[in-house]
Amino acid sequence: MNMTLDKVSRGNKVRITKINNKDIKTQAIRIGIYEGADFLCSERLAGGPVILQNRMQEVAIGRRLAEGIEVERINK
Amino acid sequence: MNCCNNNNKNSIEGIKDKKLVLAGNPNSGKSVFFNHLTGIYVDVSNFPGTTVDISTGKYKDYTVVDTPGVYGVSSFNEEETVARDVILEADIILNVVDSVHLGRDLFLTKQLIDMGKPILVALNMIDELQKNGMTIDVKLLEELLGVPVIPTSAVKNIGVSDVLASLEQARQGNRDPRLTEMMKKFGNTCSKAEALMILEDDEIVAERSGVETSCLRDDIYMERRRAVEDIVDKVLKETSKGASFGILLGRWMLRPVTGIPMLLLTLYAMYKIIGIFVAGTVVGFTEEVIMEGMYRPFIISVLSPFISEGSFIGSMLIGEFGILTMVPVYIIGLLLPLIIGFYVLMAVLEDSGYLPRIAALVDRMLISLGLNGKAIIPIILGFGCVTMATMTTRILGTKREKIIATVLLGLAIPCSAQLGVIMGLVSGLDVFYIITYITVIAAIFILVGTVLNKLMPGESSHLLIDLPTIRLPMPGNVVKKTFQKTVMFLKEAVPLFIYGALLISVLGHTGALSYIQQWMTPITEGLLKLPPETATAFIMGIIRRDFGAAGLTSIAMTQQQLLVSLIVMTLFVPCIAAIMVIFKERGTKDALAIWLGSFAAAFITGGIIAWLI
Repeated sequence: MNMTLDKVSRGNKVRITKINNKDIKTQAIRIGIYEGADFLCSERLAGGPVILQNRMQEVAIGRRLAEGIEVERINK
Repeated sequence: MNCCNNNNKNSIEGIKDKKLVLAGNPNSGKSVFFNHLTGIYVDVSNFPGTTVDISTGKYKDYTVVDTPGVYGVSSFNEEETVARDVILEADIILNVVDSVHLGRDLFLTKQLIDMGKPILVALNMIDELQKNGMTIDVKLLEELLGVPVIPTSAVKNIGVSDVLASLEQARQGNRDPRLTEMMKKFGNTCSKAEALMILEDDEIVAERSGVETSCLRDDIYMERRRAVEDIVDKVLKETSKGASFGILLGRWMLRPVTGIPMLLLTLYAMYKIIGIFVAGTVVGFTEEVIMEGMYRPFIISVLSPFISEGSFIGSMLIGEFGILTMVPVYIIGLLLPLIIGFYVLMAVLEDSGYLPRIAALVDRMLISLGLNGKAIIPIILGFGCVTMATMTTRILGTKREKIIATVLLGLAIPCSAQLGVIMGLVSGLDVFYIITYITVIAAIFILVGTVLNKLMPGESSHLLIDLPTIRLPMPGNVVKKTFQKTVMFLKEAVPLFIYGALLISVLGHTGALSYIQQWMTPITEGLLKLPPETATAFIMGIIRRDFGAAGLTSIAMTQQQLLVSLIVMTLFVPCIAAIMVIFKERGTKDALAIWLGSFAAAFITGGIIAWLI
């Protein structure tokens, strides 16, 4: 199922399919956020950032940025 | 080095020894290695043309250079530019990797390897990884990277001596063959490291070498990212499930149910430490006893035989606002303890990994003001000193955010100097007036931020922040950071306080000050319904915000009048040093608008309240 990252609920696993913001895209690759990467949404602050987790790493992504990131639900 | 026409000379270029450069992601523990290598003889200097400090020291025949923590070698911000230039000059690189964040950190490692520099990897915090039920196949990692990898826990002094003993073994790793091929086209025009930077679209390095960039960065980054993930999949083994206490604590700090109480508790602790202990006990001693009680009489008694206090020169040097009297009393007696206190707390919050979580927690509230969660840092610092906080707006992503943050700091954040006096005055008011005061200031803060966000063109940057593992901060690092930042603050702010004091002395001596006070009287009396003397207090507030607030204490006023004057005083322009730093950071045009705007906002708000209640 395709949706944007801001719609993902806590505990869901997602794969990033597209990052629409060009500026962020390059910087995000460096910290491990890239098209094709799998994450667990470990927290979702109401109206605020979405927290993505991969192994031990966690990254907070602002709500507006999350709206520009397309993801699909995965079950792994 | 067979390199190009460097038009940007940097401070480490002249060094004759072999340059050992420490590189790593933020919070990877680089500084601990740096301290082990160099001992106490460390030279901290400002990197030319920037606001970034770099530390250098000696180890055997090496000159050791520390770099700011970065996620990759590129130039997305000033710190990265500095790290890039230092790394380009390196003979050997000690790459400190946080094994808990292996996937994130190896991106930089692979990039350093692609640069063709001799590298040694310290696989740091290996004990913490094991505590979280994981292990790394070090032999395999070494093989895949092609460089020596040494597991360490620098804080516990595990593996550090192995790293030092292995420095000579640093070597070039397995470079990406595709990149190596592409670099060939540059021939001898520049070094391998510079060739890689050019391939990765680094405009500055390309310009220095007189070559065009090729728009390949995203491709190269993706390729490298895939290679890193592949390595991590091969070497990282999960031995058991279960998260350590640090991980759990990090989660609780983020989850609003537990996170908000923890944040409130932290702020309360900060208030107790800074507001009560530092601002009360410490400043009471440093300002009252030492500076006012001993220093001021001493300096006046030494100089008054030579210069009359009433003369023009005398008033500038040892008068009420003199550069040898008021300036040192204010800076050393009052500001210094507060600045140090704030920097210590910020360093603790930063090194413990809590600060990025606070930023994530408050992000939502700050978005509507045109800021993102990161802006919480200057806002917290503003309660210490608006001058210091305005300098910190440099960390914000866009010019838009910097302007909004500067306006809010100057307008609605009372600094600690002022806060003490204001709280004294407020406590004498009825509860209704206290609530009104807080509500009005908070409403202005929100209103002005919201309006600026709506009116200003462009878009603010959004939060994208790595959340480091929660760790106990190292006292040594906290002291070092505090020291560096305090020195930087003093270097920048002391001249501003001196110019400010001179300006006020000149205004006072020429009678311009009383002229301004007379000119303001119709506003204070007519619009704000306040006694005429309050104009003096407002003017004094420009010199030192606490002078202004203290000036109100001696004026007989009704509760309504006191409320109005406190509101105006809080919103009114910040002190003269803060005004100057606003001009320095924002440029004349924007600063003038901010300055005049805060005058208008203070009097209009005060006027409305005065006529409403």
